[in-house]
Amino acid sequence: MTLMLEAPRIVETRPLLDVKGVSKSYGHVQAVRNVSAHAHPGEVIGIVGESGSGKSTLLRMMNLEEIPDEGSYTLDLPDVSGNLFKLDRFARRMLCATKIGIVYQNPHLGLLMKHSSSGNVAERLLVAGERSFATLRQAATDALNASEFPLDRLDAPPIELSGGMQQRVQLAKAIALEPALLLLDEPTTGLDVSVQALVLDTLKRLQQDRQITMVIVSHDLGVIRTLADRVMVMRRGEVVETGLADQIFQDPQHPYTQQLVHAKL
Amino acid sequence: MSLSTLTKPWEAMSYGFLDGSAKRELRRKILKSVAVPGCQMPYASREVPMARGWGTGGLQVSLTLVNPQTRVKVIDQGADDSVNAASIRRFIARVAGTPTTMDTLEADLIQSRHRIPEEILREDQVLVLQVPNPEPLRSVQPNMSIARQMHADADYGRMWLQLYEQIVRSGRVMQGASYPSLVHGRHVMTPSPIPRWDVPKLHMAKHLTILSAGREKRIFAVPPYTRVEPLVFSDVPYKIEEHGALTCTRSGTKGFFMNEIPQDDGSSAFEVSDSEWGVKTIRANDREAETRGETWYKDGEMPQ
Repeated sequence: MTLMLEAPRIVETRPLLDVKGVSKSYGHVQAVRNVSAHAHPGEVIGIVGESGSGKSTLLRMMNLEEIPDEGSYTLDLPDVSGNLFKLDRFARRMLCATKIGIVYQNPHLGLLMKHSSSGNVAERLLVAGERSFATLRQAATDALNASEFPLDRLDAPPIELSGGMQQRVQLAKAIALEPALLLLDEPTTGLDVSVQALVLDTLKRLQQDRQITMVIVSHDLGVIRTLADRVMVMRRGEVVETGLADQIFQDPQHPYTQQLVHAKL
Repeated sequence: MSLSTLTKPWEAMSYGFLDGSAKRELRRKILKSVAVPGCQMPYASREVPMARGWGTGGLQVSLTLVNPQTRVKVIDQGADDSVNAASIRRFIARVAGTPTTMDTLEADLIQSRHRIPEEILREDQVLVLQVPNPEPLRSVQPNMSIARQMHADADYGRMWLQLYEQIVRSGRVMQGASYPSLVHGRHVMTPSPIPRWDVPKLHMAKHLTILSAGREKRIFAVPPYTRVEPLVFSDVPYKIEEHGALTCTRSGTKGFFMNEIPQDDGSSAFEVSDSEWGVKTIRANDREAETRGETWYKDGEMPQ
């Protein structure tokens, strides 16, 4: 498998995603402390860090599943404005369904295990208000096809599928409505290495075809290196270093990043 | 003035079995549910001398609504003479002194399980349906707190997912009874286990329908002239059971909801499910007085 390594693009647009100064604590534990992040359209941001560094919390906040104690979040999209953390439950659900796609590490979080795979994808469109059976069927088939899911298993429930296939169903569900932002929470963790490579390959191809803005969280530097244009390193709820992917991997500045990169490579 | 002039003489029980506070609770919640069509209202369901699941919810509503002049009809699976219907009818008559009837046209209050009578109900009639499971979202959202939130947000997308699954698995919508329906364009309700055949009867009906679940302690209502629309895909039309062409072997009536009765030779005979309609048809065939009223379905079709 050869990967097309592109030079980082020079972007002059306004960032699509802009998170400013978010903090979140659970009781005494400060999960995220004053973190800011932004992503330009079509850019892939990687967030790395050890377990408990707050990277998943940050991602859940980007998916509006959690509301931080302070901070703001804007998406530069038509008919989306203002601080998204201030939206009511109804607007939040609509926004998440139509503009943001997410793939969880654990497929049980993102999928209805006993419904059919195509039904899982169709649910996205149902939430957004689609009520034609033929359209739902076609859209589900297209999305599953785009995530390289074998179409003869279209109506198999995810519980009967392998881990890699379950991730593909999640991915199809996430991209079914062509979201502007795709969030990936450890999408390949727990898969064996060959399946991991195939899923990464699919992600890479999707990114090239559709120019989706992605935020990918992983503790696996290989995954980040394969996909990300820009990398944020998190530790104990804070960002210790940000930079272009190559820069971070070739010339890490912060001692923790150096440790991380050397431990891996 | 002595204390005895202020109190009523001793009685074995309150009129209509339920005590005053229970009836007040029921009436308040009935009013609330009529005010918000299709919305489930929790209520303090009381014990009645019947097992939960046998129509305790419907019975409590009936006992609250009756007065000595109310004509009561009780049906179970369309039949007036089944054990459950007969014992509920006898119980209401005994504790409330009400006259009873089997004739749909004569009844003021109809308590029913599984069926809505074939004859059109009028403005002055009340239909009480017994509901085993009032929550339409239960099959798609087992967490009741979240389900309530979904009702509040009118977040009903997953109900169509259920239909999608049925079409994918079986080629058609398999939901035979309790077909989820949107009331007044706002709340999705499960209209008790009535067949799909009966759901269109609720749409813009002249009568008041009260649905009560005794075990689940929920009451909801379809007020007169309220829209009740079964959930469908825009390209898959709602289908009633194909009973339009079947003929009742006992009364010869045709175009109504039938019960299938398996025969020894493996074939099936059919018998009209609304037993009183069958009885009236037999009487009409024998040239007794014609007492049949207008029906919702004509020749197995529901006029729009």
